[in-house]
Amino acid sequence: MTAARQRLGAQGEDRAAAWYAHEGYEILVRNWRCRDGELDLICTKGRRVVVCEVKTRSSLKYGHPAEAVTVVKQKRIRRLAARWLAEGGAPFVPAEIRFDVAAVLPGEISVIEGAF
Amino acid sequence: MLASIPSAIVLGVDGYPVTVEVHVGVGLPGLTIVGLPDAACREARDRVRAAVMAAGVAWPSKKITINLAPSGTRKMGSGLDLAMAMGVLVANGDLTGEQAHGLGFLGELGLDGTVRAVPGIVPLVDAVECEAVVVPVSAAADAVLVEGPKVRPIKTLGELFRVLKGDEPWPDHEFVPRLPRVEAGLDLADVRGQPVVRRALEVAAAGAHHLLMVGPPGAGKTMLASRLPGLLPDLGREEAMEATRVHSAAGRSLHGGLVTRPPFRAPHHTATMVALVGGGTEAMRPGEVSLAHAGVLFLDELAEFAPTVLDALRQPLEEGVIRISRAKFAARLPARVLLVAAMNPCPCGEAARPGACRCPEGLLSRYRRRLSGPLLDRFDLRIDVLLPEVDQLLGGEPGEPSAVVAARVRVARDRAVLRGVRANAFLTGPALERWAPLAPDARDLLATVLRTGRLSARGLARIRRVALTLADLAGYEGPLTAGQVGTALQLRADVAGVQGVAA
Repeated sequence: MTAARQRLGAQGEDRAAAWYAHEGYEILVRNWRCRDGELDLICTKGRRVVVCEVKTRSSLKYGHPAEAVTVVKQKRIRRLAARWLAEGGAPFVPAEIRFDVAAVLPGEISVIEGAF
Repeated sequence: MLASIPSAIVLGVDGYPVTVEVHVGVGLPGLTIVGLPDAACREARDRVRAAVMAAGVAWPSKKITINLAPSGTRKMGSGLDLAMAMGVLVANGDLTGEQAHGLGFLGELGLDGTVRAVPGIVPLVDAVECEAVVVPVSAAADAVLVEGPKVRPIKTLGELFRVLKGDEPWPDHEFVPRLPRVEAGLDLADVRGQPVVRRALEVAAAGAHHLLMVGPPGAGKTMLASRLPGLLPDLGREEAMEATRVHSAAGRSLHGGLVTRPPFRAPHHTATMVALVGGGTEAMRPGEVSLAHAGVLFLDELAEFAPTVLDALRQPLEEGVIRISRAKFAARLPARVLLVAAMNPCPCGEAARPGACRCPEGLLSRYRRRLSGPLLDRFDLRIDVLLPEVDQLLGGEPGEPSAVVAARVRVARDRAVLRGVRANAFLTGPALERWAPLAPDARDLLATVLRTGRLSARGLARIRRVALTLADLAGYEGPLTAGQVGTALQLRADVAGVQGVAA
């Protein structure tokens, strides 16, 4: 992965984090990693935990960023979230877990709440 | 946003209305099709998307769900593509519900937005519930055969979109019906000699009696059989519509007109059961028997057909319909045919000439066993076809032309209609008793034959029907005579080589 693309991804995650903070969420973890992969953003609001996959693209040339979150990817994110919980990542027992997708484009961010 | 668009599917030869419900909402972008779509139907996802973009409309980056109602029945094929695309456009707000109001949609989409024809346009247009139906321009000539919704031919999705937007008027595509197939003028006048077979063909045509011809190779069995449809009258409006639906459902071109002449189908003897009676797990396609509906089904080399295949014909021959049932659905296919079969008297074909047959006994008996008694019993007419006489082959007078014979057949059929049936073969029980009374000498003759045990009760009814047809052809009224009954008995002979079953 080129440095430019890493930077693009990191910028997208920053903007998504800013969006959640603005909406009154508390950012719990960013870029939680384990051997099988990574969760971009985990935040909470009340007793709800939100696991967010951030997908950034610099243009619509290759389609909408949200379309890139395939079924395989969704499954992996669910699995990783379960592991994060099992490892005691959450500071409390969550009442609800929601999976969001944040699609970031230049000058535009759209968050699909409860995407899958 | 929600849209619901009328369309239809074909199962067997009948159309069924389908409502395509489309929901465009929040969620990960993607398209899901529910409501039991088969593989081709599910692949609509990719065709619809490409076609919508080709029409110059942005594909919505939203979660799209398509439900094909009623969701319990299986949806086959690609004919719902156009309705799905319209549903997406309406549900996404590219068109208003008002703009698509009252319209039904039929057709497959190409990736470039072309609207393509699908098999079964006639039953489809018949089934779709709307005021006007949009169809591919290539199917429009067939679609207008249905007395139903107004037909709107269209070439591409883009064109349709602009029309519904109000940017363009409805296009005035020419859909000139393709020129009707010229009937290959098969005329009975071409047949030299063979008076008995000619007589049998005429009787078969006049009374709708199934006919079995047994004879050596080269005797002209196929030549004679192929001239039978030319003796039959034109199809009535109802029959023509039935036959047209079958041919449309089978994906055959109608050449822009109803099927008005009796079809002639001659499947090869290697035909499988599904090829003959129809079915298949996917679309319940009509088989050869249904394609021959209201016409002639000719089975050449009858004894070479697989016995199981032949026995599958018994029920349709009796009832005129085929009912096919599978785990998930059942279809009812029309199958009222005039069956004409031909076979050699033995595998080598020489059994008719004394001493000429070279077939070993084992082979012979196996050959004969291939035809079940119940099937043979369904042939009212069973005749030997001999090689024509040399004098008649060379020179000889040309035979009577088809038109003359067909005129007599029509008169006989008209008399049957007055009795409340299509043809004498359909007379049963009390009606037969009423319309085919026996003169005393005919009664004596039949009594004699019945006493020999060579004629069963069912055989008796068949003999009376054939005798009645003979009387009709002769313009004779009154109780059937011994002469007519005797001829009927001769036309239902124990043909050479085929083991005589109790007639």
